[in-house]
Amino acid sequence: MAEAFIYDSIRTPRGKGRKDGSLHEVTSVALSSCVLKEIEKRNDLDTKEVCDVIWGNVTQVGEQGGCLARSAVLHAKWDERTPGLSVNRFCASGLEAVNLAANQAKGTGGAYVAGGVEMMSRIPMGSDGAAIAVDPTLTFESYFVPQGISADIIATKYNFSRNDVDLYAVESQKRAKNAWKNGYFSKSVVPVKDLNGLDILSHDEFMRPDTDMQSLGSLKASFAEMGEVMPGFDNVAKLKYPELEKINHVHHAGNSSGIVDGAAAILVGTKEFGEKNSLRPRAKILASEKVGTDPTIMLTGPVPATKKVLASAGMNIGDIDLFEVNEAFASVVLMFLEEFNVSHSKVNVNGGAIAMGHPLGATGTMILGTALEELERTGKSTALATLCVASGMGASTIIELV
Amino acid sequence: MKEFSLSVDSDKVATILWDIKSKSMNVLTQKGSQEFYDLIDKAVDDKEIKGIIVTSGKKDFAGGMDLSTLSNLRSTKVDNPSQEVFKFIMTMHNKLRKLEQAGMDPKTTKGGKPVAWACPGLSAGIGTEIGLACHKRFLADSPRAKVGLPEILVGLFPGAGGTTRLVRMLGAMAASPLLLEGKMLNPKAARAAGLVDEIVEPEKLLESAKKWILEADEDELVKAWDKKGYKMPGGNPYHPSGFMTFVGASAMVNSRTQGVYPAAKALLSVAYEGSLVPFDTALKIEARWFTHILGQENTSNMIRSLFLNKTALDKGATRPSQVPNQNIKKLGVLGAGMMGSGIAYVSASSGIDVVLIDQNQESVSKGMESITNILDQGIKRGKISNEKKESILGRITATEDYSLLRGSNLVVEAVFEDTQVKELATKKAQKYLDEGTVFATNTSTLPIGKLAEASISKAEFIGIHFFSPVHKMALVEIIKGKDTGEKAVATALDFVKQIRKTPIVVNDARFFYANRCIIPYINEGVRMIGEGVEPALIENAARQLGMPVGPLQLIDETSIDLGVRIARETKEALGNMYEGGATDEVLKILYDAGRLGKKSNAGFYSYNEKGKRLSIWEGLRDHWEPSKVQPDVSEVKNRLAMIQALEAVRAIEDGVLTDIREGDVGAILGWGCMPWAGGPLSWLDLIGAKEAVSICKSLESNHGSRFSPPDLLTDLINKNETFYTRFPDGKAN
Repeated sequence: MAEAFIYDSIRTPRGKGRKDGSLHEVTSVALSSCVLKEIEKRNDLDTKEVCDVIWGNVTQVGEQGGCLARSAVLHAKWDERTPGLSVNRFCASGLEAVNLAANQAKGTGGAYVAGGVEMMSRIPMGSDGAAIAVDPTLTFESYFVPQGISADIIATKYNFSRNDVDLYAVESQKRAKNAWKNGYFSKSVVPVKDLNGLDILSHDEFMRPDTDMQSLGSLKASFAEMGEVMPGFDNVAKLKYPELEKINHVHHAGNSSGIVDGAAAILVGTKEFGEKNSLRPRAKILASEKVGTDPTIMLTGPVPATKKVLASAGMNIGDIDLFEVNEAFASVVLMFLEEFNVSHSKVNVNGGAIAMGHPLGATGTMILGTALEELERTGKSTALATLCVASGMGASTIIELV
Repeated sequence: MKEFSLSVDSDKVATILWDIKSKSMNVLTQKGSQEFYDLIDKAVDDKEIKGIIVTSGKKDFAGGMDLSTLSNLRSTKVDNPSQEVFKFIMTMHNKLRKLEQAGMDPKTTKGGKPVAWACPGLSAGIGTEIGLACHKRFLADSPRAKVGLPEILVGLFPGAGGTTRLVRMLGAMAASPLLLEGKMLNPKAARAAGLVDEIVEPEKLLESAKKWILEADEDELVKAWDKKGYKMPGGNPYHPSGFMTFVGASAMVNSRTQGVYPAAKALLSVAYEGSLVPFDTALKIEARWFTHILGQENTSNMIRSLFLNKTALDKGATRPSQVPNQNIKKLGVLGAGMMGSGIAYVSASSGIDVVLIDQNQESVSKGMESITNILDQGIKRGKISNEKKESILGRITATEDYSLLRGSNLVVEAVFEDTQVKELATKKAQKYLDEGTVFATNTSTLPIGKLAEASISKAEFIGIHFFSPVHKMALVEIIKGKDTGEKAVATALDFVKQIRKTPIVVNDARFFYANRCIIPYINEGVRMIGEGVEPALIENAARQLGMPVGPLQLIDETSIDLGVRIARETKEALGNMYEGGATDEVLKILYDAGRLGKKSNAGFYSYNEKGKRLSIWEGLRDHWEPSKVQPDVSEVKNRLAMIQALEAVRAIEDGVLTDIREGDVGAILGWGCMPWAGGPLSWLDLIGAKEAVSICKSLESNHGSRFSPPDLLTDLINKNETFYTRFPDGKAN
């Protein structure tokens, strides 16, 4: 079977996912087309050579609906013979897009652009509905609770205190600040410009580098009310986890991922594609996996997804130099550290979604790109990216520098 | 005799009158429904008729569906009972829909005639669902007027369009309490909730309905969902605000029902799926779910225990038939403590004159104070009027003077739970009683035979075990001593009927029936602490069984010193057979530490200074560290359920229980034991004797001989029977 390589990786800066966020004025298709055009330009792509544009996107309604991937291809004025495929694996959509591209390249050859977009300020999270949250034939049997409650279940089961999760969050901000200051994202971040070529946003604007334990300490736990009072999700959680007396609510806006706008893309192709187009591969995609897990605790997927992808790559946890574990909530990463007993110094070294934000459909592509750029900067060899996924899933990818 | 009749007046207004002559309350039977449908056809199809009033010839509209009709629908010998039920429900939907549209052209929404519902008093279940199909609902402003949809309380949900109509009328949020809690509303509340439109003076009920019919606006004759552009109030499940409502509703119902009541879940599915399709399709969905729920074995069990058998016991199914009715006019109550004053209160509330006696003025006043408190709370909630309060208090004579007992038809002794104290009170009281007056002792644990020795006549001596708090608990356990005569039993039953509680009659043996089951349940929970089971797992497993409180919370409420005393007495009584072990060890440590439960603000739980329960006492996990590997929740549930159910079976074997109906109804009303299954014996039937014995054997080998399967259970396997096929009329000996 052929091998799949990463030829390029870019992302937009992340704008605050609110009406006053800098990217709020940009349409979803325009932001998607912005990264497509950039990757075309940087690699001097003949766009009809691209077998498919695989686009991660979670809330596929309104302007993000109707197969946004194809709309983006047309908007970017790519060759009309290039199709588009929108994919949704919730928070891992951007990684799943890359994995699908890599596996198709390995199977039938060719080149793909994989990436994703989420304009959370324009299309609110959850506005596409979800049977699992409201259809009683699902909610009861799957003991549905919102993600924040799930994150708090993890904290309770693993005994992570409010102090533990807040410390983690402060560190994420510190690392992101350091990375930006030293230009660690300079290869991948492309400014978003208007039709006149004027800058709209050129940096991650969600960050709060001055965050400390004191400022976090004043925040109220976000999920205590809905857990303990109305409608009482904690009782649902205890039906599934009857060994818990109560759920310890530790997560809040400061130690959970930020709501932001953003897009990212990765150019994936075979060795032949690179040779034909005089492009140098930057990394090899060794293996990718996806798993299903208990939907109630929901966010534990990175652990089995990592075990599975290590097994398919024939590697051990010690073989990985660098990890990107999406910071959906602090407890998700803390659980990962504890389960694999890996040093925090190898995980999310340049900060993560707590500091910079989590544009749902794009994040998977972004963290894989971040890992690639960090491998190149430090000269290390292998990296593993993984994300927890709503409804109890997980996804993972291992890359190796070429 | 016809159950429904039709008359047309000179203004061409038709009245469909529901009046089942042979019954005091209308209930919808299979025969009646057919008559009703025929009259709907007649009244709607007759072009001459201008409008229709649906009303009742009785003081009330209807008590609901005849639940035996529903159980018969399934048990009739047909190839596919689900098909029969579905057909029956769909016919009802079609006819009520015909009444609702009343000749209207669905395209233009023109041409319908007005249909008014005139409800003179109470209307429950199907009665209210008929009302919901009408255009305008008039309710008489009468004290007996109560309207609601209580189906959920017997394991069903409104299945004659009531769920679909109410959700579309009010939205999911506002409809929820009516549907999920089954509340019956008084006129004011019913109008506020949108269940009825007009409250009118009782004598003007029909007049008002007719007046409206003659003046009705065309727009009033078209239901919101039959108009163009209908939107569900509060939004459908995929509307942003509706989404939040439905997310919350699932979570609330799941946690409140602990997932064991399929009807509540089905009701939500009807609301959810129905709100996404047109009205007539929604009715079809409602019918499918109703058919499904009616086909669940535990639904039949719930109907059987909570309705059919409870009603039978209330009506005196176990009463000795030869004894004439013993109407209690004057009751003596000895002891004005919590139990005595509670008994005095419920009796006086039912129109019985009460003499409440205690040793000194202070105790007497305290008893009256607690009665006044209950009444004041009732006034605060608008349930009792000031006049009613005064008349209830006026019926109670509180005194230290035993001679005032003269002329009592019955005396209930409720003094301190101690043989000597009780004997003294008995002797003192009987001096003033006429010969042959029945004397009852309220006790939860003391043998009746022993207490009877103090009595002048053992034949007139009987045990009446009230549950605490008396005014809230619906069950009364009547205990026959060896020598108790039939008149005493009849008197006790007639008294319980007068105070509108449900009786069970059991024979005199250690802990009678209720405590015989409750105590081992508590002890099993306590024992698990000593074994290193995580305390939260024990309490949560109990709740998942549908128990109202976990064993640790329960013993905190009944007190740990009582637990220690019972353990000591049980040990004395059982000798070598006694399996104390970890239970006694755990109780002793709490007892020695002065953690006596809620009353000492410290027990298995910790409490704040106001007595509010906070969390499981941390010290428990220090004393008995939870094991690394915890048992599966199903194992814990099996232990807690089986320990109760086996005692119920042994109570039959020992002759304490003589009727399995009493075993189930008593357990549900007495201590909330698995109502979703129909009670402990119904639960065993539900899982089947074979599975039950296999669970017992596994528990026996892991946890001891108290789980050894009783012969009766094993015998059910051999004969391929259930409790309810073995004892078809309930009588177990």
